[in-house]
Amino acid sequence: MTVILDKCFGGKQGAVNLAILAILLLVIFPLWLDLFRLGLIGKYVTYAFVAVSLVLLWGNGGILSLGQGMFFGLGGYCMAMFLKLEASDPISTKIQTTPGIPDFMDWNQITEIPWFWQPFKSFPLTVFFVLAVPTFLAFIIGYAMFKRRVGGVYFAIITQAIALILSILIVGQQGYTGGVNGITDLKTLLGWDIRTDSAKYVLYFINASLLIGVIILSNYVLSSKFGMLLLAMRDKEERVRFSGYDVSSFKIFIFCYAAMISAIGGAMFTLQIGFMSPSFVGIVPSIEMVIFAAVGGRMSLIGAVYGALLVNFGKTMFSENFPELWLFLMGGLFIAVVMFFPDGLAGVYRDHAKNFNLADWLIASYTKWFKKDANMLGDKV
Amino acid sequence: MFGYSMEEVGNIVVMQGFSGLSLFSVLLLMALGLAIIFGQMGVINMAHGEFMTVGAYTTVFLSKMAVEFDIVNSYFVFAIIAAFILAFFIGYFVEYALIRHLYKRPLDTLLATWGLSLVMQQIFRSTFGAKEVSAELPEWLLGSFKPTPDIDIPINGVFVMGLALIVTVGVYLFMFRSRGGLRIRATVQNRMMAGAVGINTQKVDRLTFALGCGIAGVAGAAFTTIASTGPTTGSLYIVDSFMVVVFGGAASLMGTIASAFGIAQAQSILQFFMTSSMGKVSTLMTIVIILMMRPEGLFASKVRK
Repeated sequence: MTVILDKCFGGKQGAVNLAILAILLLVIFPLWLDLFRLGLIGKYVTYAFVAVSLVLLWGNGGILSLGQGMFFGLGGYCMAMFLKLEASDPISTKIQTTPGIPDFMDWNQITEIPWFWQPFKSFPLTVFFVLAVPTFLAFIIGYAMFKRRVGGVYFAIITQAIALILSILIVGQQGYTGGVNGITDLKTLLGWDIRTDSAKYVLYFINASLLIGVIILSNYVLSSKFGMLLLAMRDKEERVRFSGYDVSSFKIFIFCYAAMISAIGGAMFTLQIGFMSPSFVGIVPSIEMVIFAAVGGRMSLIGAVYGALLVNFGKTMFSENFPELWLFLMGGLFIAVVMFFPDGLAGVYRDHAKNFNLADWLIASYTKWFKKDANMLGDKV
Repeated sequence: MFGYSMEEVGNIVVMQGFSGLSLFSVLLLMALGLAIIFGQMGVINMAHGEFMTVGAYTTVFLSKMAVEFDIVNSYFVFAIIAAFILAFFIGYFVEYALIRHLYKRPLDTLLATWGLSLVMQQIFRSTFGAKEVSAELPEWLLGSFKPTPDIDIPINGVFVMGLALIVTVGVYLFMFRSRGGLRIRATVQNRMMAGAVGINTQKVDRLTFALGCGIAGVAGAAFTTIASTGPTTGSLYIVDSFMVVVFGGAASLMGTIASAFGIAQAQSILQFFMTSSMGKVSTLMTIVIILMMRPEGLFASKVRK
């Protein structure tokens, strides 16, 4: 019991923090917010996947990828291609010159579905590609870079350039990708209408549960020996290498893992919001995703989720009310977090809660109120 | 070839080559500043494009003044100097307030300067409006000359190229033939030792950063002669200029020049034969692939790490 607690939840304190996050996402938000606001939270939660991936990659591994948006986007595009093919059946597209193909292909004088769209007719293959395409791309990039010991700022610049390439490519190849508008008008998933209210609730819960699952899995990764090596590589790469470990393979693994998590977020984004566009692939979104992790705390998986929620909540608030102020605030946030709070919200929480252990407090009050033995919660009190 | 006769292809290559040269000049000016800041100091300045925009807006502003006072034909030289000085001092201040606290954390510098670039973009937008503005060009910069009837070479392109050459030579002379450059190089090579022989390394850092920003300001002034300026103009060039610096091998002046030339020429010639997005994609893709095989860049000196 204790082993599982330590391995998957990051100890007692971590388990309580995760439980609070789960209650917030799965109980409080759905009860408190109307469907429109809940949809927004659902969107932020998909970004949180990327933030979590950056905590692993950047906070723990010391590898700053400025191209996480491209993995998010690729996952989203794979899902969107499946949904688009399903939405463009011959009956609902009969006014087109060529019925049965996506509308933007018809507008671009393409008369048959290109070969790389073919696998997305099948749902199992789509799920496979959602996970595999970004992971494979990450593997190629990681293999080429880490085997040659490229790291640090060079890696950041090159991932940024690749994100730029991908977004220009998607915008430029309008006939095959939907261009700057992206893939829109997605209707059903295997015949299940994803635009209804009930579908939105279901998707929100799947999304939030997946995020909790990803955090537990990532906790497991970090608490393993691999997680320890990751930290060691961040701080003294040469020493790890001289101890006989193959540093580049570890880096490739964590980069692929981070890409896969981001892709899950992207696919869930497409399902919930109902479109995917190149505006999530390029440089600006990729860097914005880094700030989610930085605000939440680059070392804290749960902090990153709060970071994603808070920054995006602020973004929505300010862009609705004071659009001019938002960029100032966003820029100021970047500077302030880096200069004054390098550990983000999680760091602030940790510093101020040093003498206040939430887990112990909860267990103590539980014992006080119910006069029961607290040992059933696992650890000694 | 692509349905053109050989002579036409020749003319296209010459003209596209020349428009590539304008792009080359702007990229080179941008990259020179970056190469000084990144190559010498190891600082990633994501706000570099915004320093270029500072120079561009300075020139536009001065050109409006020049129209008032009817000195359109001679203001441009002053505009270049003013652009340099303004960008230099903003850079000086930014180093003092922000960068110097982050020298030990290069990845964090990247994020902080990205934040700075957002703030600067919004300042431009609030001050000058979201619309693109262009400078009143002096008459001697307008028009073009035609060596043969089919070839058309714009004069502003030639001017920008000349400016880029002068600045490059100036940077070379400063870095390798002056006491100031000597101090910068000494600090880069061995900070402790440089401090021990009496070089004020903090001051050197500040001046180096400011110099890089000042050159970006000159790039902005040059930029106004070939295109109009908007709040996000600088951010369009930032990735390209970083690729130039990395591709050429940071800290190598020759490498920066060669890679700026290669990238600009490849882009503008390919953009004629393909769509403009595919031209850019194939150029960047080639660079990334070459960088994956040769991460230290084209002209990097062999150093043991």
